[in-house]
Amino acid sequence: MNTGSHGQMLEITNLHATVDDKPILKGLTLSVGAGEVHAIMGPNGAGKSTLSYVLGGRPGYDVTGGTVAFNGQDLLEMEPHERAAAGLFLGFQYPVEIPGVSNVQLLRTALTAQRRARGEDELSAGDFLRLARAQADALGLDMEMLKRPVNVGFSGGEKKRNEMVQLGIIGPKLAILDETDSGLDIDALKAVGDGINRIMRAPDKAVLLITHYQRLLDYVRPDVVHVLAGGRIVRSGGAELAHELEREGYGAIAA
Amino acid sequence: MATRNEEAIAVAEKLSTYEWGFTSEIEQEFAPKGLNEDIVRFISAKKNEPEWMLDWRLKAFRLWLDMPSPDWAKLNIPPIDYQDAYYYAAPKQKPTLKSLDELDPEIRRTYEKLGIPIEEQKVLAGVEGARKVAVDAVFDSVSVATTFREELKKAGVIFLSISEAVREHPELVRKWLGKVVPIHDNYFATLNSAVFSDGTFVYIPEGVRCPMELSTYFRINAANTGQFERTLIVAEKGSYVSYLEGCTAPMRDENQLHAAVVELVALDDAEIKYSTVQNWYPGDAEGKGGIYNFVTKRALCQGRNSKVSWTQVETGSAITWKYPSCVLAGENSVGEFYSVAVTNNRQQADTGTKMIHLGKGSRSTIVSKGISAGRSDNTYRGLVRVGPTAENVRNFTQCDSLLLGDQCGAHTVPYIEVRNPSAQIEHEATTSKISDDQLFYAMSRGLDQEDAVALIVNGFAKDVLQQLPMEFAVEAQKLLGISLEGSVG
Repeated sequence: MNTGSHGQMLEITNLHATVDDKPILKGLTLSVGAGEVHAIMGPNGAGKSTLSYVLGGRPGYDVTGGTVAFNGQDLLEMEPHERAAAGLFLGFQYPVEIPGVSNVQLLRTALTAQRRARGEDELSAGDFLRLARAQADALGLDMEMLKRPVNVGFSGGEKKRNEMVQLGIIGPKLAILDETDSGLDIDALKAVGDGINRIMRAPDKAVLLITHYQRLLDYVRPDVVHVLAGGRIVRSGGAELAHELEREGYGAIAA
Repeated sequence: MATRNEEAIAVAEKLSTYEWGFTSEIEQEFAPKGLNEDIVRFISAKKNEPEWMLDWRLKAFRLWLDMPSPDWAKLNIPPIDYQDAYYYAAPKQKPTLKSLDELDPEIRRTYEKLGIPIEEQKVLAGVEGARKVAVDAVFDSVSVATTFREELKKAGVIFLSISEAVREHPELVRKWLGKVVPIHDNYFATLNSAVFSDGTFVYIPEGVRCPMELSTYFRINAANTGQFERTLIVAEKGSYVSYLEGCTAPMRDENQLHAAVVELVALDDAEIKYSTVQNWYPGDAEGKGGIYNFVTKRALCQGRNSKVSWTQVETGSAITWKYPSCVLAGENSVGEFYSVAVTNNRQQADTGTKMIHLGKGSRSTIVSKGISAGRSDNTYRGLVRVGPTAENVRNFTQCDSLLLGDQCGAHTVPYIEVRNPSAQIEHEATTSKISDDQLFYAMSRGLDQEDAVALIVNGFAKDVLQQLPMEFAVEAQKLLGISLEGSVG
């Protein structure tokens, strides 16, 4: 296993994956270094969400070839909760409702499990609530929202802000954010963008932003932009590539 | 996916180690095996009962001989050999203890393993301002220790084993025993009436708010014994009591019968809150062993504005046949039933409630959460009946079923009989599966699969769990997780 000889945080090599036996990822190679923000753009059906689910370890997304190293560890060998404990956070395109379970309850349980897995002390109830309150305030989300059942009755924008609060509370090393900008109005978009910058812009952290549109990238400026089409990265470039895509469409570039 | 199935099997095997499945080496005193009039006399004599009590038992026994075992539930009950069981088993020890120090250390260890706060010091040493809980522990058939008796006495509350109550307060017991669940009520209740070995008696005098939660832990220890408790709670006018009942039993290959009767009486403006957490041994993954939990629980809301609230969390037993009910006779009386029933592996549960509205303006609420996993069957069976003279009755019923896996069954059988047109009856029901989306979402935040299932199931059952007193709610939450371990592969 190549354990990231270039000091990469995430090293995806020739990844193949199927869903219901249908090949979706067909030899995807990508590496993300610490301190970097990468954007992945591409047309519908290119495999963007599949990539995020494969990295998150979702059952039903079967890896048929290739390797993924996360800080030198074989990510594909790990269960989803082990990936979380290792520092990977998956922001959902459609955050899931869990009736009867409050955000605070989910996050406290999750954080405790993660810290236990890493051999760290449990956060006291007081410290946890202070952390949660600070993150909610920073995102402009009422603390009362965190006491409500996870995503139940939340608007689209609230759900995405809630994902950012979770990101802030959990404090991962690598955030994979799947279409975090979809369904957001301009204020929410700015809030989410600010959140990503505040929480994840650090020398020891990295972000993989999966998005359709360039507009989130006005707030979160990527170091590298990749174009995903037909299950592979077909082109990579700097932030200006996103503008080029916006102007000319995927057709010309992915062809 | 083969690997996931193997994981599931591995976890399921782990599950078969029932956490409370230990037996205590305590000398037991048994009645001879079998069931006949002599056994009934033996039990009564052992308890120094007065003549009227023996006559009552014998009458029940003779009735029972001619009664059929009920077969209308959606349960597959193997034939039970009533002669192949012991009907009385007592730890060999003076049953009247001056203090808990006299308790057999082995019994105390058993309770400690169960996590029961039986020692007075433990409860007293609790956090300042923490609620006090008086515990009456039933070890097999005889109530071995009762705590807090003095403080309760000061309040005028009687909290005794039913055997003691028969001797010390015969007038009260005689007045109410069998008034809510008559001697001929049903097969299992009648059997209980004949051979009940112990149980609890609670009497709250007029206007008294019981100063602490009353708690009884039942535990079946000896092999091949039936446990037949009899519980009677009488709340006089304007009184209030909260009663907690927890049950566990050790693992055994044989099935054991538990046929209890609980009778509650609430007079004018009285309120009784009765909470149960039941985790009797459910049998192994193949359905071998486990408790048959055939219980008759009924409340009579006799007084105006009286209220009875049943809350149950049922995770154990091989077969559960249980319908805690309310006869709402008093004007504006209120009945509530909050239930979580979990079945896994080969467990069967047929449980629900009856709300019998006789009083004008009486109201009832039913919230039932059934969770089925493995190859289990889980049935909600409920009756809402409104009598012809009961004006302005209201009922709200909500029955939700959650399925884990695709080999279990969830069934909802509501009966509604309304004989007064002013009644307002609402019934809502849902059936859902635990979703892969929810599981993956929780796991991606750091929970392992079992914790994720437990979290989601606890959320599903929240409306019921929040009805439980705090100390019970925590235990119940853990139980839900434990009883569903290995149920999602």
